[in-house]
Amino acid sequence: MSSADSKSNAPVIRCESVYKVFGDNAARMMRESNGVVDAEKFQQAGCIVGVDNASFEVFPGELLIIMGLSGSGKSTLLRCISRLTQATAGKIYIEGADILSMSNKQLIELRRSKMGMVFQSFALLPHKTVLENIAFPLQVKGVSLNDSILRASEMIDLVGLSGRQNYFPRQLSGGQQQRVGIARSLAIEPDIWFLDEPFSALDPLIRKEMQDEFLRLQSVLSKTILFVTHDFDEALRLADRIAIMKDGVIEQLDTPANIVLNPATEYVRKFTGEVPREKVLKIESVMDDDIPVSVDGSLTVPKDAIVETVAEAVLNSTAPVPVTDSGGNIVGSVRASRVVSMLFGGRAAQSSAQSS
Amino acid sequence: MIEALQNRKYLQFFLLVAVFLLLCLLVPQSEGNWLWRLPPLLSQLPIIINNSVDYMMFEWWPIEVYDPDIEEYEQKPLLREITRGISGVVLFLIELVREILLGGVKTIVTFSGWDWATENQWARWPALPWTVVAGGAAILGYALSGIGLAVFVGAACVYIAIFGQWEPSMQTLSFVLIAAPVAILLGLALGVWGYKSKRVEAVLNPLLNVAQIVPHFSYLIPVMVFFGIGDHAGAIATIIFATPPMVRLTILGLKKVPPEVAEAGLMSGCSDWQLLRQVLIPTARRDILIGVNQVIMQCLAMVVIASLIGAKGLGNDLLIALNRLRIGLALEIGICIVLIAIVLDRLSLAWANKQTDYFADQSFRERHKYSLWFLIVFVAGVVLAWLGSFIFREGFNYLYLIPHNKGITTAAFWQAGVDWIWDTFFYSLKGFNEWLIVEVLIPVKNAYLAMPVVATFTLAMGAGFIVGGIRSALIVGFFLLFIALTEWWDRALITSYLVTMAVLISGFIGIVVGTLCAQHAASSRFILTVCDTFQTFPSFIYLIPVMMLFGVTDTSVLIAIVVYSTIPATRYTVEGLRSVPEALHDAASMSGVNRLQRWLSVELPLSFPHMALGINQTVVFALSMVIIGAMIGTDDLGQLILKSLSDKAGVGNGLVLGFCVAFIGLAIDQILRTWANQRKQALGME
Repeated sequence: MSSADSKSNAPVIRCESVYKVFGDNAARMMRESNGVVDAEKFQQAGCIVGVDNASFEVFPGELLIIMGLSGSGKSTLLRCISRLTQATAGKIYIEGADILSMSNKQLIELRRSKMGMVFQSFALLPHKTVLENIAFPLQVKGVSLNDSILRASEMIDLVGLSGRQNYFPRQLSGGQQQRVGIARSLAIEPDIWFLDEPFSALDPLIRKEMQDEFLRLQSVLSKTILFVTHDFDEALRLADRIAIMKDGVIEQLDTPANIVLNPATEYVRKFTGEVPREKVLKIESVMDDDIPVSVDGSLTVPKDAIVETVAEAVLNSTAPVPVTDSGGNIVGSVRASRVVSMLFGGRAAQSSAQSS
Repeated sequence: MIEALQNRKYLQFFLLVAVFLLLCLLVPQSEGNWLWRLPPLLSQLPIIINNSVDYMMFEWWPIEVYDPDIEEYEQKPLLREITRGISGVVLFLIELVREILLGGVKTIVTFSGWDWATENQWARWPALPWTVVAGGAAILGYALSGIGLAVFVGAACVYIAIFGQWEPSMQTLSFVLIAAPVAILLGLALGVWGYKSKRVEAVLNPLLNVAQIVPHFSYLIPVMVFFGIGDHAGAIATIIFATPPMVRLTILGLKKVPPEVAEAGLMSGCSDWQLLRQVLIPTARRDILIGVNQVIMQCLAMVVIASLIGAKGLGNDLLIALNRLRIGLALEIGICIVLIAIVLDRLSLAWANKQTDYFADQSFRERHKYSLWFLIVFVAGVVLAWLGSFIFREGFNYLYLIPHNKGITTAAFWQAGVDWIWDTFFYSLKGFNEWLIVEVLIPVKNAYLAMPVVATFTLAMGAGFIVGGIRSALIVGFFLLFIALTEWWDRALITSYLVTMAVLISGFIGIVVGTLCAQHAASSRFILTVCDTFQTFPSFIYLIPVMMLFGVTDTSVLIAIVVYSTIPATRYTVEGLRSVPEALHDAASMSGVNRLQRWLSVELPLSFPHMALGINQTVVFALSMVIIGAMIGTDDLGQLILKSLSDKAGVGNGLVLGFCVAFIGLAIDQILRTWANQRKQALGME
């Protein structure tokens, strides 16, 4: 699950200097620019730069979240990678294969076997029932009617919609519709899962519920995921790594902890300022490397525990608390003072500076 | 002063009307005065069209064709061979359906030869007994929708049969069953093409605009020249007329498909064809079904008109009944046409909305229950027909085919009703009729005819300029110029006068009725259903009741137009008013307005653009009805179009006259639509 483990593997998705420029003369502008894209100059020529020099990799089983406000190009980037829109320049590799040079036939084959996508507005087919919607990608692929219906029924159970297979999308609530969308995208057992603001159209309570559901599914399925959202809290809650985009540029791409602790740009800092760190950071990020000499009682904390969940125990302990890795070996220790300074240090200084 | 003019459009309009009136007064009515009437520079156009059509038909691109009769190759023009081929295919299909329903020998002849068929008397399709057709239709209705539709469809068939209209109805049905699917598929294909390619859409759009507004009759003449006379020609004319709305609604529907749904299809791994077939078209089905409905409606509206170029069936009978003033019979035939229209409409709707149940018990009997039922009905019907041949020894076998006009009839009753109305209200009806004609219609008509051409141009182009700037003014000007340069400017004025009168009355009625009904959700639904039902009636039907009352006069035509074109005015008013957001009602009410004030200050301004589109539709409906009204006597463009139908070289005249009518409609369309769209944009409704 952790990205560190999977870095040894080859990336599932690799983007190299991907550009997407909208406009009639986008291709010509791109050629003439010799690789130096000046968004303003493009705009004067009637072009809009949607994605500006995006390069990154996503590894097997990793959940990469692309975060940005509306118009930041995050959905465009996702659509370039799924080739729903044609990138203007750059290279995109899916499991080593160059997706931009694929023929239509190869592309369809790739989508039928490896990709699934969930949409913000659910995008269910209004004329098909829940069951038919979920069976649709299978039927398109040529799976027999019986097998596809059986498989779709399994998916319905998986997303908790049993008993509603004959409902039409319009008869379902938003949350239920998105469950259908999720089931449909997973029906062909894709390796790569694209989610485009899947929970943005839902009410806050339902959204929380769906996020939990999503984490549960991911813990079972371990897909490679590209997830787009405009909700920073959601990104922090779900992501292995986050890419923050602004005006088509990826401002920072890092783990949630690093983004909160070391925002790379002013823009990123605006998001991280208000974040309750104890809810985001893991013990890992406040841990010292020294192994405590005397182990005090039985209290240990796992290194990937969220600070909030163990803070009380750590703060109440006078001695440094040993930190364990997933195998139960002690890999370091955490002191109450570090936790306090991490949680409140920077912010107190900031607010006093503001009030003066 | 100038600034005030620039900002206030109604001031500009006042000025325009003043100039218009001034011109009317100042320009003298004299021959040769170009300000009064333009010279007919385009009078040669019909002849040129005729000549080029002749050339294309009889001389252009000769090819070698083998003629089996004289066993030699012959030189024949390509186009003629093509159109003949099409005619043959269409005719064969119609005959096939017709002979399944009614029996016959022609399809067998197609594959064998007359000699063979006449030598072997047994080689003849027997007709399906009407009981089988009715039962089969009911089963189809049940399979597609349920018991309600089954009963309705069955009852409609029984009505048609026992009123002795079975044969002409089946003739009409066979013709519609070929024309409608072809028009639907053609429209769908063109619509998809237009959706995929911007360039194709750009070409299609103006063509569709013209095609939808050129009067029905104008299509008949070229079709007659290219395809000859008969059922196939009627079917082809119908296809040409019914396809444009299908194309338009297909494009509209496909454009409304949310991009994410298309993307979801792509990400599910659809090929282009799968995406179209399984994602785009079904998602757009609401609009496409409206298109299907329109096609069926147009097909049945054309039933009567197509009979002018030799289509057999109800239309032909209706035309004869109307000509002989046999109102009762006409009414019964009219009801048959309406019933067929509604049945086909409901069945196609139910078919499109049908869903499959995957978890049903799939035993053999379950899966084939409808086929089994039909088999039972078939056997029962045949046995009944066989038994019938013993019961009805003399005369007609009523259990096999009820012969034409040998069923029960209520014609006498209706005729008596008409006579009674005539006897009772003769003087009041006559009085009203005369008053309307002498006091209203003739003065208005004369006023229209007294308009100098320069004044008309000023008014129309000025209105175009005020609403849509120089572009609209030029478009409107072009349309008018075309008409003014033909020989038929005066006739066009008469057409416009009838349309203007009708639109004023229809618009008024429509807006009043629509506003009243829009006050409640229930009454809105009711009136929209009424509009739907009335719209299913072929336009010809509206002539029957007014002829009952007013005979063959301008009044009849006017009233028929008013009734017909009130439908869109009402519908758009209701739709417009109901689409005003509830929150705005509340906001207005909280500002302390009363009902009338709310209507005047909130609802009306917001829904007015939509109402204007309704008026636009009203104009289109009125124009099409005016031309049909020519069949019971007017002296406008329609009359001439009708005349050119029976003229050997009528193609040119018919087409140019058709364009004149279309251009009147398009000029009004240009102004109203531009204005409505501007308002909608200004109000943030689009």
